[in-house]
Amino acid sequence: MAEAVAATRPGAAARRAWLARALRHPSFVAGGILTLLLVGVALLSLVWTPYEPTSMDLKARYAPVSWSHLLGTDRFGRDVLSNIMAGAQLSIAVGVVAVLIGVTLGSALGLWAAARKGWVEELVMRFSDFAFAFPAILSAIMITVILGPGAVNSILAIGIFNIPVFARLTRAAANSVWTREFVLAARAAGKGGFRITVEHVLPNILSVILVQATIQFAIAILAEAALSYLGIGSQPPQPSWGRMLNEAQLQMYKNAWLAIYPGIAIAVSVLGLNLLGDGLRDLTDPRLVRQR
Amino acid sequence: MSLFIAKRFATLVLTLVFTSAIVFTVMEILPGDPALLILGIDAPAEAVASLRSQLGLDRPPVERYLAWLGGIAAGEFGQSYTYQVPVWDLIGDRLAITLPLTLFAMVLAILAALAMGIYAAARHNRAGDLAVMTVSQVGISIPNFWLGILLISAFAVGLGWFSAGGFPGWGAGIGPALQALLLPAISLAVVQAAILARVTRSAMLEVMREDFVRTARAKGLSRRAVLWRHVVRNALIPVITITGLQFGFLLTGAIVVEQVFNLPGLGRLVFSAISDRDVEVVKNCVMLVAFLVIAINFAVDMLYAAIDPRLKAADA
Repeated sequence: MAEAVAATRPGAAARRAWLARALRHPSFVAGGILTLLLVGVALLSLVWTPYEPTSMDLKARYAPVSWSHLLGTDRFGRDVLSNIMAGAQLSIAVGVVAVLIGVTLGSALGLWAAARKGWVEELVMRFSDFAFAFPAILSAIMITVILGPGAVNSILAIGIFNIPVFARLTRAAANSVWTREFVLAARAAGKGGFRITVEHVLPNILSVILVQATIQFAIAILAEAALSYLGIGSQPPQPSWGRMLNEAQLQMYKNAWLAIYPGIAIAVSVLGLNLLGDGLRDLTDPRLVRQR
Repeated sequence: MSLFIAKRFATLVLTLVFTSAIVFTVMEILPGDPALLILGIDAPAEAVASLRSQLGLDRPPVERYLAWLGGIAAGEFGQSYTYQVPVWDLIGDRLAITLPLTLFAMVLAILAALAMGIYAAARHNRAGDLAVMTVSQVGISIPNFWLGILLISAFAVGLGWFSAGGFPGWGAGIGPALQALLLPAISLAVVQAAILARVTRSAMLEVMREDFVRTARAKGLSRRAVLWRHVVRNALIPVITITGLQFGFLLTGAIVVEQVFNLPGLGRLVFSAISDRDVEVVKNCVMLVAFLVIAINFAVDMLYAAIDPRLKAADA
């Protein structure tokens, strides 16, 4: 762990060396490009899409692929490409917020558990056990039942599910740092639990948290798409890949292609983030690199 | 050993009680009065009040919570508000689709994952390995409900080999029933197979580095014999653990995939109960799914301890 930090933090030369190694790593490069593509499309859609995603053109219903509609149109004559582009916004928003909820609350709990031990650790771990036993889609369903369907509520449901994931991971990683000599030295120097956590433990486990955040981002995109597909996620007129798939299924006999594009958008985004996460893990964990 | 089992069992019971408390609380917060829902909003106040007391809604929450737990312990799941039948009758029929679907998917996933994982590990760092890893990376990224839609559009709409959804019932014979479950099971299985293939491969590679494998090779056993007799056997331990964890994902995944294929399983029951605000059905379905997941994880823990005695020693 310490070696990983040594590789990522000090000196411009070491940073350049790390970057050079990263740019030769196939998963990292492929994942990075796909993720940049996702973010780029989402940003572009904020200022420009070929058509207004929600605008209907009943004269151009089920239009085939053409120069005026690169991916055709749906049953209301809405431009599919514009909706795919705008759908990226929702996926990114869900991923970012859900992961932030998980990282801030979950990692705080994990760090607290590792620093305090005893009943605090026991409590945090039992809470994580419970949350793990409770499938994410079920908690999403229950939260939707109380708060009603909608994008914000599905983000909340996915975010809550992320808390125990990060709590467990952070506690395990933090515990391994707490047993190291430099922490012992810091304690001998009279530093308290909070200062040691912030100054020594957290910097040493950041890379582990970052890798997991990438993976959870991908899982959040999948979960949001599933909730929207089921009709308990984002609601119209918000463009959403999951709901596009739901609508496409009804039109399958008319135009099977409508079910292809949103699915590819989801799969490519998830693939990109997973590859990026795999690459980051290889690059930040020297133990794994040696095993290859 | 008995201390280990007792400890795990206590955790199991605690988790179940905690889960039930959360589920009950959530359903309490839920807006809407079931009595009004049954009778309609125009019902006279006295009728609503009498139905409320008949349903036990006028009793304090703690009392109703305990009554619910007691009921579950006695195998009594309460009455559905909308269907006016015992909840267990509803659940039983739906479970007869959801559970076979989950198990079917699990068998497919395990078979595919073992084949892919063992093949990849045996050809470590060669083309076959790379191909399996690429395929599994893509498999992990595909949403199960999308795969379901694609399978319907290819094999039902396009080729006409399968019906586009629905379930003929087990009464129609095991052949037609399994045929109706095949496409849903494949859509569920692909992601889990991809994950499990990676676990199998890395578990195999880990075991291959062990000294006893080198010894077995040194005493003259062929590569193939070592692979099957020593490596696969030892690599199965982590694979079993992950398979147990995956049961929960498959079960909840089934809830989603049932919607795609229009299967009248537990998922559809939950969703229609949610829109009908049928609290009794939602509460008991959610609790049942949580129970199944928790119980399977417990069983895997036990199995794991039976296979790997080190774990018992460390934990007890």
